[in-house]
Amino acid sequence: MLQYTIRRLFSLIPVMCIVSIIVFMIIHLTPGNPAHLILGEDASEESIKQLEEQLGLDQPIVMQYVNWVKDIVTGDFGQSVYSSEPVLDIILGRLGPTFSITIVSIIMILVISIPIAIAAVWKRNTLIDPLFISISLLGVSIPEFWFAMLLVLGFAVSIPLFPVAGYIPMADGIFQWLYHLILPSFVLAAVEIGLVARMLRDGMLESVNQDYIRTARAKGVKESIVLMKHVFSNALIPTTTVIGAMVAGLLGGTVIIETMFTIPGMGQLLVDSIYRRDYPIIQGVILFIAVVYVIVNLLVDLLYTFLDPRIRYD
Amino acid sequence: MLEVKNLKAYIDTPAGIVKAVDDVSFSLKAGETIGIVGESGSGKSVLALSLMQLNPSPPTFYPQGEILLEGKNLLHLKEKELRNLRGNDIAMIFQDPMSSLNPIFKIGTQLMEAIRTHQNINRAEAKKKAIVLLKDVGISDPERRMNDYPHQLSGGMRQRVMIAIALAGKPKILIADEPTTALDVTIQAQILDLMKDIQKKYGTAIIIITHDLGVVAQLADKIVVMYSGRIVEEGKTEDIFYHTAMPYTWSLLRSMPRIDTSSRERLIPIQGQPPNLVSPPEGCNFNPRCPFATADCLKIDPSLTERGVGHYAACILSEKIFEEGKLQLENFETKGVPL
Ligand SMILES: Nc1ncnc2c1ncn2[C@@H]1O[C@H](COP(=O)(O)OP(=O)(O)OP(=O)(O)O)[C@@H](O)[C@H]1O
Ligand SMILES: [Mg+2]
Repeated sequence: MLQYTIRRLFSLIPVMCIVSIIVFMIIHLTPGNPAHLILGEDASEESIKQLEEQLGLDQPIVMQYVNWVKDIVTGDFGQSVYSSEPVLDIILGRLGPTFSITIVSIIMILVISIPIAIAAVWKRNTLIDPLFISISLLGVSIPEFWFAMLLVLGFAVSIPLFPVAGYIPMADGIFQWLYHLILPSFVLAAVEIGLVARMLRDGMLESVNQDYIRTARAKGVKESIVLMKHVFSNALIPTTTVIGAMVAGLLGGTVIIETMFTIPGMGQLLVDSIYRRDYPIIQGVILFIAVVYVIVNLLVDLLYTFLDPRIRYD
Repeated sequence: MLEVKNLKAYIDTPAGIVKAVDDVSFSLKAGETIGIVGESGSGKSVLALSLMQLNPSPPTFYPQGEILLEGKNLLHLKEKELRNLRGNDIAMIFQDPMSSLNPIFKIGTQLMEAIRTHQNINRAEAKKKAIVLLKDVGISDPERRMNDYPHQLSGGMRQRVMIAIALAGKPKILIADEPTTALDVTIQAQILDLMKDIQKKYGTAIIIITHDLGVVAQLADKIVVMYSGRIVEEGKTEDIFYHTAMPYTWSLLRSMPRIDTSSRERLIPIQGQPPNLVSPPEGCNFNPRCPFATADCLKIDPSLTERGVGHYAACILSEKIFEEGKLQLENFETKGVPL
């Protein structure tokens, strides 16, 4: 197990190299002189020169990359072109809200999709199952921004149950924090609920006709326990593979949701920085998201081996 | 103890209604071993699963019959009453020990679950009982084996674990659906020996399902021969082997290696295909494949008639015609004497 973990960690090195090259290239792939782009049409030659020096753009490109990576490894992500604050500080300041929405929506996804999947399998010979499939399909195909507006109209404007927008840090009261997160997190979760519930249901239906389930029934085990213990835990194995994709979906989704609900998280930071052409921040945020994604997938792989004793590496 | 009367188990499929078990009756006394034999697709497994009410339903349904276990008709029991019965009064082991154990739980966990489902005891006591059971089924070092996952055991070991699970509730009846088919020959013999020992030790009645007559010859007091969902011959093991009264049984015997006679005899496969169970042939179901079929066989659907004490067969041919036919056929096959 330890050996496998170490091997998996080493396999991250080439992945991270490629990611860093792509992130680094962002600034160079946009046509024209980056310093020019950042400062706008009527910037003076002098200020452009100055910025080029600050960003290291006057050096050969390979040197630029090497220096950039060196700085990042030592924790220096550069400075915001817009506010001159260190990029790392800005990102860390925005972490809380994004982290909060993501966690709350992951909890929502699990709490909602697991019982739904179990119910769909429990009542698999009734109309509940086709109904479930249609709804989950609907859930997957609804555009997030449209659903967000619908919910805000319904549950924040017409029936003012939830706040329209905004974010309260957890330190200012856990109830207020959660209260402001429910709507945005639910919008974020909606798409994934359909996906995860569908994966779970398919996995359970696959497992429910297996010989070992017949064995469990032949022992006289209650059908509810057969489903929740034997069928469900086998269905979890294929479902974990979509968790990586799910986290990617959530992180991408926060960009839209944070903008719509004016939540000062990383997604909003990214959008703002794109408007301001604040390349160091754009690079920092994207690098950060990529790293989170890679780590989540590593954890999923390890979880996978933990769930399925047949592929436990020892 | 167990009495099956005129049982029908049909399966509703897109192709039509499969008459997997069609008007089957037999009985089993305490401690007795009965063998159910027949080709693949003859309805043996559906019959066995009916006895535990474990056929998936829908699509399976029971349009007729009774399954009486000590007077109670299983077809009328509620789900909860059936659960109390499964693993407790009737237990079952299956053909493929590779897939019959849950791959993600330790075998100790699965065995203890069987124990604790019917006995109100704590984990520590259940663990002790589980270790004893594993020892009883011939697993060495049971304490350590408790922590193994199914994939860490060989096929024979897994079947032993399945037997231990089945024995957990000290059942009166053990149904073994092809318990040795997936195992290699030496392991087969070990598992059969184990079943004999178990029967002696626990006094369990056994229903053993197989298409291997060698297996039933060793174990069974009584044999039931199934063909296309029906019983076509039934009797004491000696009667089935030495006073065969139904051409299908005879063909089945000829198609299998015998352990009691010289093995130089040629094996002769049964010609043709098993019938379609959605629309079986007119008359006797076996007539398209029967070497002795007469014009009457195409019209008359034979029912079981008594051929000796406790020996029944479903065939309209007289004993004389059957004997003559067999002789002619054998002469033709061995010496080329024309029919
Ligand atoms: N779930 C099902 N759906 C449709 N048909 C089925 C189903 N289960 C069994 N059958 C059909 O019922 C008939 C009897 O099947 P069964 O499994 O009882 O045969 P068997 O005698 O046990 O054969 P084998 O020796 O291959 O195990 C077969 O024709 C089979 O195709
Ligand atoms: Mg079978």
